[in-house]
Amino acid sequence: MFSSDMSRRSLAPRKPPAATDVAALPDRFAAWFAARGWHPRPHQLDVLEAFRQGAHVLLIAPTGGGKTLSGFLPSLIELAERPEPTEGGGIHTLYVSPLKALATDIARNLTEPVDEMRLPIRIETRTGDTPQNRRQRQREMPPDILLTTPESLALLLSLDGAATMFAGLRSVIIDEVHALAGSKRGDLLALGLARLDRLAPEARRIGLSATVAHKPELAAYVSADGQGGGLRLIEVADPAPPDLSIMLPAGHLPWSGHMGLASAPDILDRVREAGLTIIFVNTRAQAELLFQDIWRINEETLPIAIHHGSLDVGQRRKVEAAMAAGSLRAVIATSSLDLGIDWGGVDQVIQVGAPKGVSRLLQRVGRANHRMDETSHAILVPANRFEVLECEAARQGVAARELDGDAPRPGGLDVLAQHLLGMACAGPFHPDDAFAEITRAAPYAAVDRATFDAVLSFVEDGGYALQVYERYRKLFRDAEGLVHVRHARIARQYRMNIGTIVEAPMIKLRLGRGPVLGEVEEWFVSTLGEGDTFMFAGRLLRFVRLREMTAEVADGGGGTPKVPTYAGARLPLSTGLAARVRAMLHDPAAWPAFPEPVREWLAMQQYRSALPGEDDLLVETFPRGGRWYLVAYCFEGRNAHQTLGMLLTRRMERFGIGPLGYVATDYVLAAWSAHEPRDLDALFDEDMMGDDLEAWMADSSMLRRTFRNVAVIAGLIDRQLPGAERNRRQVTVNSDLIYDVLRRHQPDHILLQATWADAAGGLTDLGRVSGMLQRVRGKIHHKALDRVSPLAVPVILEVGREHVVGAAQEDLLAEAEALVSEATGEEHPENVLARSPRFDFRFT
Amino acid sequence: MTAAAPLHLAGERLMLDPAGAVFWPARNMLIVADLHLEKGSAAAGRGRLLPPYDSRVTLDRLALLLRRYGPAQVLALGDSFHDAEGAARLQAADAARLAAMAQQADFIWVLGNHDPRLPDSLPGKVAAIWPDGPLTFRHEAKGSSGEAEICGHHHPKATVPVRGASVTRPCFVTDGHRRLMLPAFGAYTGGLDIGDSAIASLFPRGARVFLLGRERLYHFHVGRPRAAMAVA
Repeated sequence: MFSSDMSRRSLAPRKPPAATDVAALPDRFAAWFAARGWHPRPHQLDVLEAFRQGAHVLLIAPTGGGKTLSGFLPSLIELAERPEPTEGGGIHTLYVSPLKALATDIARNLTEPVDEMRLPIRIETRTGDTPQNRRQRQREMPPDILLTTPESLALLLSLDGAATMFAGLRSVIIDEVHALAGSKRGDLLALGLARLDRLAPEARRIGLSATVAHKPELAAYVSADGQGGGLRLIEVADPAPPDLSIMLPAGHLPWSGHMGLASAPDILDRVREAGLTIIFVNTRAQAELLFQDIWRINEETLPIAIHHGSLDVGQRRKVEAAMAAGSLRAVIATSSLDLGIDWGGVDQVIQVGAPKGVSRLLQRVGRANHRMDETSHAILVPANRFEVLECEAARQGVAARELDGDAPRPGGLDVLAQHLLGMACAGPFHPDDAFAEITRAAPYAAVDRATFDAVLSFVEDGGYALQVYERYRKLFRDAEGLVHVRHARIARQYRMNIGTIVEAPMIKLRLGRGPVLGEVEEWFVSTLGEGDTFMFAGRLLRFVRLREMTAEVADGGGGTPKVPTYAGARLPLSTGLAARVRAMLHDPAAWPAFPEPVREWLAMQQYRSALPGEDDLLVETFPRGGRWYLVAYCFEGRNAHQTLGMLLTRRMERFGIGPLGYVATDYVLAAWSAHEPRDLDALFDEDMMGDDLEAWMADSSMLRRTFRNVAVIAGLIDRQLPGAERNRRQVTVNSDLIYDVLRRHQPDHILLQATWADAAGGLTDLGRVSGMLQRVRGKIHHKALDRVSPLAVPVILEVGREHVVGAAQEDLLAEAEALVSEATGEEHPENVLARSPRFDFRFT
Repeated sequence: MTAAAPLHLAGERLMLDPAGAVFWPARNMLIVADLHLEKGSAAAGRGRLLPPYDSRVTLDRLALLLRRYGPAQVLALGDSFHDAEGAARLQAADAARLAAMAQQADFIWVLGNHDPRLPDSLPGKVAAIWPDGPLTFRHEAKGSSGEAEICGHHHPKATVPVRGASVTRPCFVTDGHRRLMLPAFGAYTGGLDIGDSAIASLFPRGARVFLLGRERLYHFHVGRPRAAMAVA
């Protein structure tokens, strides 16, 4: 039975819904439902009907709606009704999920009805973990239903038997579409689906998605023509909106900080009152810190665990098993529990820290195992005053069902390059056909022929203006214009590098000679000396030494522990929430929703300075400690503020204001300078987005990181495989060096174009910056104050985590040099240097 | 304006240039290490089609130094080509450029592990090691040599922690009296951290390092390698 599974994602509703028409079901299926006391849900029958009529389907339904069974039911019926099963007839149904664990889990749960109904259906999974002999068998004797991931699908499609394997394909089920569309993994899958459509035009697609903001875009993604054609959208109404309450820490309401540690005692109280609680936090560092603080006061030793993406998979599975077995009272988790498997028995969700967006919050709240027709409850725990505003905005946003999240961005050209090489590995193709095919994938619908040709030319011979790689080309064209892969070795190399996830170099943490606890980014280890302590996996660990790619650690130790942080770990505030926060701020009628200290704080701000208006931009300037401060209340999210800070300080430099640094939060940007900033209209002029932007971006480390990812995905440089460090035969070349050379000698190269396109979205949030500058033109509300305003206090408290302005690296080096010689003198050699975070050179 | 830093080794005054080269005024000699010319095309041969402009960039840098110092001699400390066939793969324009430079100065090519032999067509002298006065020039440092040596091979780089972040740069490493190790000069040459035992063991009593900056060098000391710094 399902209940015996340690982790489960139910195939069927948890309670019998109202009776529905079962006439559409064959007897065997109707009997199976009846034997369980279940009835098929209307949307399950709708999907079945659409499928039978040959339509593609996008099913949007909340968690717990029997979504997965909706996807599989048409296939199970069709397979059960076929005259007689043909061995080696190829795959009938392909299921693709973003999570390996999900594919495995679904396979297990699917086996049950198939066995109970004695259906002659063979079900198998294919992921990176599938052993070689099973892969071989799958090629010779494909299963009826194959469950896989986007990467494994790409691999299957690159094999020369792909056409036969998929020729009989009838159905493609894409799970968690909302998590795939708009990401590079989603791009890879979309291209794979376009390929499948060519190999098996009969196959229909069924996309399964949580409730999202951008339905037409998602429908286009699932459809076979990339425009939403031939697709039926089936929606299941959401259950009653969840009831969200906001819990403030007892005592003082913090001015700043994002960890929410002050609320640890209250959180523990709530855990005590419920069966199983998931405590969601925003970063892995926050998970570690909150875990420590809760355990410090957990006198009853309630079983409370920690779960995040850097922990070893084995450790995570243990925690998940303990959750399912009911032996835990709470789990402190990051987004590692956002997706996928539906945990039985979660009674309560607590979100600690800013919710950041309505969709994300709903997703998290949905992890509680509520019945669809009942209201679920969740608690929001703001960590500071601004987060109180954000939590209230999120509460109202949820009540109004105002979903957020960005529309899917256009597909990455690096992914297209990877795919084209994969296509050639499977067999020769004509560029005209390939172009027609890829533009039927929604992310690539707008790609023009010139861009396509540039990408193809990159794959063929590098696409360099200087054509010297004729004899190294990867692809060649025959007399009929068909593109072939030149060498079996190139296909092997391609298969080693499939995928779009490029991890920062990671170091494993091993406890003595014992178990691996998980991984941290290499640069963090480079900051550790022998005996330094840090928190990980809920333990206090002491660094012993680094051996190859593994850091040896021991339990315990003294001193102030560090907490590993991870690049790009923080999500910015969504546009919708930002607008709500702004609207509430300037309208005192909305304030009664806030607790007393927040109301006082806002009233004080109104008295001392002004409140940010709904569509103006409040900018305060004031002197403090011999410097001038400028605080801009933009509410565009941290990433956009970082970009704006960089641009603004460059401009201040040109205006002779002498900027010294800046700091960005999700709500405001603060910059400080030697002189008083005066002409703010000129300072915030839109033309900031011109030359300054170009110059800064090109040189920024963010663009270099982006280039590295693009170069790996496009196949220009090798992926750094774990464990490959030691015996690496080929010389790797640092991507920064390639970037510098390419930028200088072929600035219009297709990979640089791809890099710019990526960077313009993502971390820089350029769209939000330019949108704001446009919106506030002529509406800058400048308040010249004689001291810091109440609303500015939180950001001023963040000073110290600032960005340094100007030719930063050179100044920092000079500063470090001066500091060291001052502190040590020439005669006392000192180990001030850290280990370099990366080895990009080995002797050969 | 870039500023070279003077360093005295075995009584000789050497100028360390922030571009990663050394100028020896007494001999009017410019010294560079690990050019790794044609590394890009070597990678292309293995299926990684890197931009084919690396030799051009490296030669641009060298040309700049030739203009700045106008040396009578240029000494390349080995691994001047990424592999033995590298010289033959030079694009015609780059080969012509190199030949023109050899008209201005006498080239001395010390052999390295990547380029154990060089074609006769290459202008200049070829040598396994090159002793000159009190200094010996060789590709790879000799474990415990008596003479003062100038070497390359290891591509030293170092990382300085700054305000919670860090800056990594190629660097010169010297013990101040016996040994000077040059950073790699080539466009596609990465680095090896000076804490790596391969480098640290050559400087058992600690070292002075000079990180390359845009216009100047940044000078730091490193003490004896700590146990924790030794990376296997």
